Amino acid sequence: MMSDNSDAGLRSVLGDVLGLNPARLAALTPQSPLLGALPELDSMAIATLFAAIEDHFGLMFDDAELTGETLTSYGSLLVLVRGKRRP
Amino acid sequence: MIETWPCPGGDGQTDEFAVVIDRARPFRLLIVPPLLDEMNRTRRLAVGTMRALDAHGIDSFLPDLPGTNESLQPFVSQSLHGWRTAMAQAARHFAATHVLALRGGALVFPNVLPGWVVEPVMGASLLRQLLRARVIAAREAGRHEDSAALLEIGRTEGIELAGYDFGPALIAGLDSARPLDEGQREIRAGELGGAALWLRAEPGDDPAQAARLAAIIAAGIAA
Repeated sequence: MMSDNSDAGLRSVLGDVLGLNPARLAALTPQSPLLGALPELDSMAIATLFAAIEDHFGLMFDDAELTGETLTSYGSLLVLVRGKRRP
Repeated sequence: MIETWPCPGGDGQTDEFAVVIDRARPFRLLIVPPLLDEMNRTRRLAVGTMRALDAHGIDSFLPDLPGTNESLQPFVSQSLHGWRTAMAQAARHFAATHVLALRGGALVFPNVLPGWVVEPVMGASLLRQLLRARVIAAREAGRHEDSAALLEIGRTEGIELAGYDFGPALIAGLDSARPLDEGQREIRAGELGGAALWLRAEPGDDPAQAARLAAIIAAGIAA
């Protein structure tokens, strides 16, 4: 579970899109809430975030995968990314 | 400072605005901004780069794309072809010797000029993000929408995406447009030494990136 680089990559993308400083990025745990907790995360920012994740990892999401539940917490987003990378 | 420049518009000629640093020096750089939201996110980077270029002895010009920013033209009547014509006209008006296109600006910049493109992007990538933002917003409101169906509506009737009233010509143009760079040097985000500001949810600023970009351009012009 901890042997891949999804966690570091995802933190880096979140830092770029949300402008989070290294201290806030390092403080993210799987339980950290994303949607609702981060006012910057409107629908355009969510679309940008998913596009940046796709670019970073070379993935392609379906519309159906881009749900609010995916962004409930940092952990739920990480699960999606890991699942996509290892189908 | 802000200047106007004459631009072809829907009803003949119209005035558009540009941020201009012009001291009648030999090197004159036209900056073609990114499209849509990315233009707002990179505005301070662009203007910071202009100030840094000024210190390097280079004049620069940042025109509005018609229908965006301070432009009085309606967004709905814009197309990539119209933006290309406008940017070519701006290059002539300001007597640009070089060009810098940022992101989607690479879809509409005058590629006869030597210069640079920063992280050029396919039109379809920009369009996909806009469609997705709408699908996500609809889902939050309890409605189901689908990117493919929205694209089809956009291509035939036009569509509102992220607050922009897109006409069918701009949707169709974006769906197939590729960066036009032809011999210009491509600059990747990593070379600027910071997070890509066009991704940032809230418009950000990074004077170090502006200085780095200006230094790359100044070194290239002097070479």
